[in-house]
Amino acid sequence: MHIIRSATWLAPLVRKLVVEAPRVAARHQPGHFVIVRGTRDGERIPLTIADSDAESGTITLVIQMAGATTERLCALCAGDSLVDVAGPLGRPTEIEAFGHVVLVGGGVGTAVIYPQAGALKALGNRVTGVIGGRSRPYVILEEELGKICDAVHPCTDDGSHGFHGFVTQRLAQLLDAEPPVDAVITAGPVLMMKAVAEVTRGRGIRTIASLNPVMVDGTGMCGGCRVTVGGEQKFACVDGPEFDAHLVSFDELQDRLGAYRTHELRARERLALDPEHKCRLERARVEIESEPRRAS
Amino acid sequence: MAKVLKASERMKIPRVAMAEQPASERARCFMEVNRGLASEQAVLEATRCLQCKQPDCIDGCPVGVDIPGFVRAVAEGDLPRAADILYAANVLPGITGRVCPQETQCEVRCILGKKHQPLAVGYLERFVADWAREHRNEVVERAQPTGRRVAVVGSGPAGLTCAGELARRGHEVTVFEALHRPGGVLVYGIPEFRLPKVIVDMEVAKLMELGVRVECNVVVGQTHTIQQLMGDEGYHAVFIANGAGLPRFQGIPGENLKGVYSANEYLTRVNLMGAYQGEDAATPVLRGRGVVVVGGGNTAMDAVRTGRRLGADPATLVYRRSEAEMPARVEEVHHAREEGIVFRMLTNPVEVLGDEKGWVRAVRCQQMGLGEPDASGRRSPVPIPGSEFEIDCQVFVEAVGTRANPLLTQSTPELKLDRWGQIKVDERGMTNLPGVFAGGDIVRGGATVILAMGDGKRAASAIHDWFGCASGG
Repeated sequence: MHIIRSATWLAPLVRKLVVEAPRVAARHQPGHFVIVRGTRDGERIPLTIADSDAESGTITLVIQMAGATTERLCALCAGDSLVDVAGPLGRPTEIEAFGHVVLVGGGVGTAVIYPQAGALKALGNRVTGVIGGRSRPYVILEEELGKICDAVHPCTDDGSHGFHGFVTQRLAQLLDAEPPVDAVITAGPVLMMKAVAEVTRGRGIRTIASLNPVMVDGTGMCGGCRVTVGGEQKFACVDGPEFDAHLVSFDELQDRLGAYRTHELRARERLALDPEHKCRLERARVEIESEPRRAS
Repeated sequence: MAKVLKASERMKIPRVAMAEQPASERARCFMEVNRGLASEQAVLEATRCLQCKQPDCIDGCPVGVDIPGFVRAVAEGDLPRAADILYAANVLPGITGRVCPQETQCEVRCILGKKHQPLAVGYLERFVADWAREHRNEVVERAQPTGRRVAVVGSGPAGLTCAGELARRGHEVTVFEALHRPGGVLVYGIPEFRLPKVIVDMEVAKLMELGVRVECNVVVGQTHTIQQLMGDEGYHAVFIANGAGLPRFQGIPGENLKGVYSANEYLTRVNLMGAYQGEDAATPVLRGRGVVVVGGGNTAMDAVRTGRRLGADPATLVYRRSEAEMPARVEEVHHAREEGIVFRMLTNPVEVLGDEKGWVRAVRCQQMGLGEPDASGRRSPVPIPGSEFEIDCQVFVEAVGTRANPLLTQSTPELKLDRWGQIKVDERGMTNLPGVFAGGDIVRGGATVILAMGDGKRAASAIHDWFGCASGG
């Protein structure tokens, strides 16, 4: 059992859980993920470790409410627990002295780049963050990144906060400006990462994408997370989850992510009829109101 | 209770037949196919044993069960003694009695088989184990603690056996399992209809009574390294039994279409994650009117019979060689056929075909002929030109083997591997690192439950010796 120390909303459908997992916390490096099961009959899902504290033995998970499983996880509150947390899994991000690195995060992808920013900065890199969301409340971790990065550029689709437009448009501007960019690391929706790769490809800038395919075990055993990189089959759980963005077949990844869409829709419909869940979600929502709103 | 029979009279008794759930019913559900023996059946079968002075059957058993000994106890109706004899050599008899290939191990050596049918050793083993599970609940006496601590990596058949054997000798054993439930391939791979999960759970519970600790969600190589286990974590020896690892794919076009699975993923979703319980299960599995599985081993057989139970009609098995070359157990092939599985031998998939939305719609296959014998001594399949045809399906499952899992070995670069990435061990099962032993599929590549158990048992003795304790015990 992994007790949840705190649970807060980062954005309307994005929950941050700080969870007891001392062994994982002790070994966590940026880029690692965990496989989580909320309840005994639950699904195993991979979640990036957004932060860790070896001393208090906790890890931070940022969860986007997207299907029934994540909706259940988002309804959890401090004092509740997760039955299973396995990890840290995957290869850590290859943190190098690149020079100037731009981190591009979209939605909850920002939680993936957050620990990378700290490690890159510690190695002396100039670190610029470009983070996006649909509108102001959907831009997450801006304040936290602001403490680490040399510059953070929030972007919103509707212009309600920061740059009015997509992260890729802001990225293109940065690539054309000074100081020159040596590497780009991106995490977020597949279509966004694909667009990032297209922006940097012509400029020959090394670009790394953190992929999020469907996974079951997370240890290489099932092969469900296979992705095509440079024409070769790779397993995101043991070979990744980060790969050279210019070699990733994003279209295939996007297509494979849709394999269980009808199952997911049915599962959410069933969940909507579960009075117990409704009650939990209500409790989790009320807690938003009682928490001070974060300045951003 | 058994009256003494002459050998000639014993020979006249026909081999017992296992009661089975009718094929038409079982093709729609995941209940166990084999129903077990009634006690009169078991006693009668046991009386067939010739009680050879120099029994050959024991040598055929990778864990060296005293087969004539426990069988005699069954014939005499002394089931507690039968269970004691069985458990003395085999900590998981309820499992081996169900999944061991007895026909190529103990039963093939049975003298009765020369002129008649061999003794049904596997059925009797299962009978005794099931009896013990239902009727015995005395507290297991724990051995005097030795103060030695052993970490076992992986809770599959090799790891559990090693753990049990070590605990019996008084060593403190912790088993680390990467998944959320102990059992390894016994719970993620082998389907409910061949090995009910409750059997695995109860065998694991028995080991825990012996003092074995099991910690799930620990991925050795990621959560802990071998060095940490032997260092900060304070273990005196490690047994690595983390399994076969990564599934192989054939490398044909279309393998990333939606509806293509490795057998590992397909079986894990259905077994471990419970997708067989229905469409409301939290973990989904794609179902199709047509399911095609490629492969000829037990895993392929498990996958295709699983597909059938999930509603496929037809569920088709394609294999590039002929049926005689299939490595699967004869019983599984027989059961599969009864359940209506369509066998297409000498058939090799060359491409998975998709519809415009990226879903599998068919698999294109090629007919094969048999050529000269290859390195394995089997006649090698040769494509017949112009023989291509399509089989309609929505789900395509590949059961074509595995390659070594790199997670643990990458984090322990000093560990010597063979050219396939499997761990090298000496005759005791020890790796090149002192006190670090290995066994099961991470050493052998894909093998059987019982061979893995044999490795676990051997390693336990070797670890015991390594500690400077007298052998045996």
